[in-house]
Amino acid sequence: MSVQQSPGAAPAVAESQLALRKRYAAHFQPFYRGRLGAFFLAILAAMVFVYGVHSLDMSYTRIVGGLGELCAMVLRMLPPHPGSWSLAGIYVYAMVETLAIALLGTLLAAIVAFPLGFFAARNTTLNRVVQFFARRSFDTLRGVDILIWALIWINVVGLGPFAGVLALFMSDLGSFGKLFSEAIEAADDKPVEGVVSTGASSLSALRFGILPQLLPVLLSQVLYAFESNTRSASIIGIVGAGGIGLILAEQIRTLELQQLSFVVLMILATVSVIDLVCSRIRFSIIGVRAL
Amino acid sequence: MNQPSSLGAAYAQAVAAKRRQVWLGLLVLGVCVLFAGRIAEISASKVFDNIGSFTSYFYRIAHLESGQWVLSDPLEWFWGWKKWLALMGETLLMAYVGTVLGATAALVLCFGASKNMTQNTWLVFATRRLLEFARTVPEIVFALIFVAAFSLGPLPGILALAIHTTGALGKLFAEVVENIDMKPVDGVLSSGANWLHKVRFAVLPQVASNFASYALLRFEINVRGASALGFVGAGGIGQTLLEVIRKFYYADVSALLVLLIATVMVIDAATERVRHRLLGQERQG
Repeated sequence: MSVQQSPGAAPAVAESQLALRKRYAAHFQPFYRGRLGAFFLAILAAMVFVYGVHSLDMSYTRIVGGLGELCAMVLRMLPPHPGSWSLAGIYVYAMVETLAIALLGTLLAAIVAFPLGFFAARNTTLNRVVQFFARRSFDTLRGVDILIWALIWINVVGLGPFAGVLALFMSDLGSFGKLFSEAIEAADDKPVEGVVSTGASSLSALRFGILPQLLPVLLSQVLYAFESNTRSASIIGIVGAGGIGLILAEQIRTLELQQLSFVVLMILATVSVIDLVCSRIRFSIIGVRAL
Repeated sequence: MNQPSSLGAAYAQAVAAKRRQVWLGLLVLGVCVLFAGRIAEISASKVFDNIGSFTSYFYRIAHLESGQWVLSDPLEWFWGWKKWLALMGETLLMAYVGTVLGATAALVLCFGASKNMTQNTWLVFATRRLLEFARTVPEIVFALIFVAAFSLGPLPGILALAIHTTGALGKLFAEVVENIDMKPVDGVLSSGANWLHKVRFAVLPQVASNFASYALLRFEINVRGASALGFVGAGGIGQTLLEVIRKFYYADVSALLVLLIATVMVIDAATERVRHRLLGQERQG
């Protein structure tokens, strides 16, 4: 913003203003100076957005027509209804299967990621090359969406919950590996030095110096992941890897919308119950001073 | 001598109690795992039976149809690179448009969800529940419903991404806004500013870099998510990926996976650099 001089200003004021301008030169320069980069970036971002809207066929008529259809669908979803008691039983069984997939996938990933995390942490790894490759492998595992892993594992072991467990295992291995190695790097060295000063081997230093600091953090991360995995496990059925997702996909394709909203609500309720239970366990393990 | 021994006994008792608790926890976990294994039809023998198919599958996706190793003939391996790059570009564009739409909606909603900006507790409660709903329902479920309503194509995918992004970013944004320094807000209000002035001159300067950083992080997550949306017909590279995986075009599976992982890694590295710069600015200012 340029500074305006009030019309009746005395010369003394003008002079002091000059002094001010000199002293705070940065604040008196035109607003675009030093912001040109950001300005161009904003214009570029807006242009990419407009190009995207055009090329991805997001026309006004399509959006309005679709919104009308969506409103009609939402109205037909109400009230949520399971259909019949036997169907409700099937849904509950599928939900239990979903939880089973989430539990097995999370646990398997945690067990495998635990030793691997030490290779990927700067302070416990064998050498830089091992650490680099461990890190990059975890990144690779995380870079692929869980549904893609599910599809691949279906090819390998066939349709069913086993493929789902393996898919969860793959994507969790990536995230656990990263989280565990970061937790190991953040561990305090002093207990390790203390243990080493008694003449202990490096394995004992790990066991008595690092592990006691680490376990509560890892457990809370695993519990947190279990909650988000319940959500993931409920969708991998869409491609046929077990759990409630298959029912979800079928109901949308056959437009049984009241049952669909019932199943979605059931998933949300289950996830929030799991969330509650996990945070209870987490607090009892690590006390109130949670992460 | 009585004191230490009773102390020792108390210590032993405490340790034993702790041990008992751990064993009990492990027992409960073990029962749960056995039960889960029954439900999910998994047994140790099944795992061992399948070890052969694990290795043979990964052997096959690493070899061309002619039986050569994929790297021996990269041109043959990436035979469809023009088509695939175009699809990858579409996927990136979907993620971008979805992130921009979602971040804009989150920017509008986050002030309603933060206690220091909105006095009406009901409004805060309602906005928070709305955001929670938007982020708890998985985006692929939204995509399935939107494909039924808007028909096939990238549009339902973008909307699904946008809604999920609104929920996730709205929560993070609201947390940032709740942690701002309120003194600038008081200062601007004392000069007779209206709500818009307050947000523009007192709140946004404090939160902009954090918002941008979170939005970039979300963009990276959305690129990953957008690659799977094609499975339900919501555009992007997922449709092609589904086809080559289902039809057992082994070399194509690995080529597409390599393309996808490389793209995600590049985006990852680029956004991380920008985010570090943004957060660095924050610390200086």
